Amino acid sequence: MQVTMTVNGEAVTREIEGRLLLVHFLRDTLGLTGTHWGCDTSNCGTCVVLMDGEPVKSCTVLAAMAGGHEIRTVEGLAAGGELDPVQRGFMNCHGLQCGFCTPGMMMTARALLDRNPDPTEHEIREAISGQICRCTGYKNIVESIRWAATDAAGTRTTLEPVEAQSVGSAS
Amino acid sequence: MTTVAEPQTARETAFVDNDRHPVGHGRMLRKEDPRFVRGRGHYLDDVQLPGMLHLAILRSPLAHAKITAIDITAAQAHPRVKLVVTGAMLAEKNLAWMPTLSNDVQAVLATDKVRFQGQEVAFVVAEDRYAARDALELIDVTYEELRPVIDARHALDPDAPVIRDDLKDKKDNHIFDWETGDKDATEKVFAAADVVVTQDMVYPRVHPAPMETCGAVADYDPIDGKLTLWSTTQAPHAHRTLYAIVAGLPEHKIRVISPDIGGGFGNKVPIYPGYVCAIVGSLLTGKPVKWMEDRSENLTSTSFARDYVMHGEIAATKDGKILAIRTHVLADHGAFNGQAAPVKYPAGFFGVFCGSYDLEAAYAHQTAVYTNKAPGGVAYACSFRITEAVYLVERMVDCLAFELGMDPVELRRKNLLRPEQFPYTTKTGWVFDSGNYQATLDEALRIAGYDELRREQAAKRERGELMGIGVSTFTEAVGAGPRKDMDILGLGMNDGCELRIHPTGKATVRLSVQTQGQGHETTFAQIVGEELGIPPADIEVVHGDTDQTPFGLGTYGSRSTPVSGAAAALVARKIRDKARIIASGMLEVSVADLEWDKGSFQVAGDPGKAVTIQQIAMRAHGAGDLPQGLEGGLDAEVCYNPSNLTYPNGAYICVVDVDPGTGKVTVRRFIAVDDCGTRINPMIIEGQVHGGLADGIGMALMEMISFDEDGNCLSGSLMDYLLPTALEVPAFETGFTVTPSPHHPIGAKGVGESATVGSPPAVVNAVIDALRPFGVRHVDMPLTPSRVWEAMQGTVQPPI
Repeated sequence: MQVTMTVNGEAVTREIEGRLLLVHFLRDTLGLTGTHWGCDTSNCGTCVVLMDGEPVKSCTVLAAMAGGHEIRTVEGLAAGGELDPVQRGFMNCHGLQCGFCTPGMMMTARALLDRNPDPTEHEIREAISGQICRCTGYKNIVESIRWAATDAAGTRTTLEPVEAQSVGSAS
Repeated sequence: MTTVAEPQTARETAFVDNDRHPVGHGRMLRKEDPRFVRGRGHYLDDVQLPGMLHLAILRSPLAHAKITAIDITAAQAHPRVKLVVTGAMLAEKNLAWMPTLSNDVQAVLATDKVRFQGQEVAFVVAEDRYAARDALELIDVTYEELRPVIDARHALDPDAPVIRDDLKDKKDNHIFDWETGDKDATEKVFAAADVVVTQDMVYPRVHPAPMETCGAVADYDPIDGKLTLWSTTQAPHAHRTLYAIVAGLPEHKIRVISPDIGGGFGNKVPIYPGYVCAIVGSLLTGKPVKWMEDRSENLTSTSFARDYVMHGEIAATKDGKILAIRTHVLADHGAFNGQAAPVKYPAGFFGVFCGSYDLEAAYAHQTAVYTNKAPGGVAYACSFRITEAVYLVERMVDCLAFELGMDPVELRRKNLLRPEQFPYTTKTGWVFDSGNYQATLDEALRIAGYDELRREQAAKRERGELMGIGVSTFTEAVGAGPRKDMDILGLGMNDGCELRIHPTGKATVRLSVQTQGQGHETTFAQIVGEELGIPPADIEVVHGDTDQTPFGLGTYGSRSTPVSGAAAALVARKIRDKARIIASGMLEVSVADLEWDKGSFQVAGDPGKAVTIQQIAMRAHGAGDLPQGLEGGLDAEVCYNPSNLTYPNGAYICVVDVDPGTGKVTVRRFIAVDDCGTRINPMIIEGQVHGGLADGIGMALMEMISFDEDGNCLSGSLMDYLLPTALEVPAFETGFTVTPSPHHPIGAKGVGESATVGSPPAVVNAVIDALRPFGVRHVDMPLTPSRVWEAMQGTVQPPI
């Protein structure tokens, strides 16, 4: 069957098997390997992309179902070569280690900030609670998203660890 | 030896500029992140080669069964299938079995019988991954079911079925018995002690479950006979040597590439049958072949962790001086002994179960058995079984505190090793290099506000609320290891580092260890930068490719910084020594008159007369004579043999609230103070600690690979094997003390697994503390709401 969708602002049309998953369409058919695959069961969220601005787990969306929709992946996060504040936040706050869950986490963060530009820590934790990270213990992911919400505006020019308020400790 | 409880310099807390930073150590953003945040990481499944085929593995649905027939004709007839292979076909090529890292053998594909659910039975190579999966459905295997052995406690029963009848003359399921310490001396101390507390405990089977599952792409070139294997491995060099042995391929014709790895945690240390299948698939088809397992395959067939049934005993005086610890452990190794541990240490480093305390005697005995479960054992950031050892001792100390009616902090303080006792030899022969355990504990208590927490708890108890405070003061042993004692399959556990300073003063560092998220591309540039005064931005770190890097055993057991990190510092110093001679020629003074000032040599007493390392590099490669006897170039290589392990320590405090109605545990706070010696990049250290704490909370509260009595794995997906999300863990609070390792060139001790090792007992101790009104002294992990609720009713049973 033939499917047509918009991926990162570009219209794409491809001949596909009806059962092809969106994650495999993006990765294998289009070569957009920034979106990862991790579990098959919608539990891990490494495959999260935005469909019409909403996070979806692309391992449980058929490519055919994405027909006619707008898909945005990590490759489409930076606009005009300028990194998204979320991307800068993850680098600045050490929000990633192995980097495997990172694209999915950043897409969810983008969607959260689009509808709630100033989320609380709990709102951030809830937003990413359908996704798993095995490296960071989430703390710095939360900080990264907070950074994108607040500091990316340029209010803080030098990078200071948020947690450095007391000697010898970080909380 | 000094312990620093405050930052040595501003670099602990202030970020440094990546581009202009002139020295190495300090809080620095990671060099690898720009590619990751753009989705430009290059993981195994991102490898695409022209003409590449896809491999899928048929796995056993049964835990223990004879294979009586396999019919592959329908699968072979599938129009998109290129190859179908069974164990019998591998046996013809002498490839049906492969050695494990523990000197056992493991079936690549089952020939005679299957020994665990999920075991590899056949594989298909097809044009795409969907077709390969389709064809698995077309393979017809006839099994004759056998009684499985699932409970390790019955593995040695006289009537237990023999799992490993492939081994010559094997008549039972026994693997090894191991002991350490002085049995008789320990018995004497126990016999005379005022107080003896015993406790049975289970450390359930858990799984590292990295976000990226395991996989490989094999590409055999029949013209020049070279095999290139991309694989998810933490130990590319060790794997290459083993492939040379298993497949009979010449080692120089094998190139193992470990690309970006999506988390390892020990899961990617062993060689899995799938890797060998991919190699065979490429050899037989002449095409590149990719195998990428799914999550269910990862959870049911790859290396698990723990699965220890422990009986602990602790002896003490009535005023709380701990005298001795004794334990017997039953270890479930699954169907093949595939744990990755140094040969002389079949129980890994469990021998450090004496903990952080000054004992008079200690003794441990362990029995390891086969069961019809997946093989493995050493994984999940366990530092070669120290996770189990620390859990045992830290739980036993709390059980003792319970019986003595003492505060667990007070009891620990009374027994912790004192700074002047280092180097300290434990009763089981481990030589702890350095530490200041009281300082570390004090810092944790300060951050936690311990006394205030206890007051809050007392007030809450009055109101019937269940709040718990748990403590763990642990010692790790990492950086394996000295070659006189430690090898894996005969390969010494040393690691190399090669350093090239290019003519313009930029550098390339090549490592034998392999990052899986630890940030080696940053940390190792910082180590070299600190030694040579070259900005880390000017230093490229190369790793994960056997054709490009020196030999070494790879990254696990928190060994990268203790071993390769030492090699990196030493190789930089070797370069500096040569640079000094070149500088003496350039400045026309004797080497004795030169002083090093991070990045340049200057004439003593005349700082205006100096040459930079960059100028020296150009001279080393350029025209003109060098001082007599000196070769051109500025390159060096070191293979580091550690004289001892390093012994990081920590003090952890966990605060929980337990819902009295449902048994649900909420981790409200977690305070972790770590001493990993010299801190190279505090940001990366904190990040690693955060990750390990989440692991520990997961293990303590949620995670368990369980089986039914037929050997069906009940935890084969992430719907059933629960991992913590952002809602189950708190905003961690970290702190540190610094007690450098006296024998490591830069005093660093390694930190990658400290939090995974130290946190589970802190969480469990906190929950038990919360349950104090119910008189509960111990509950086994995982502390799920139902198990905690049962504990309140007095009906809880061990999880296995």
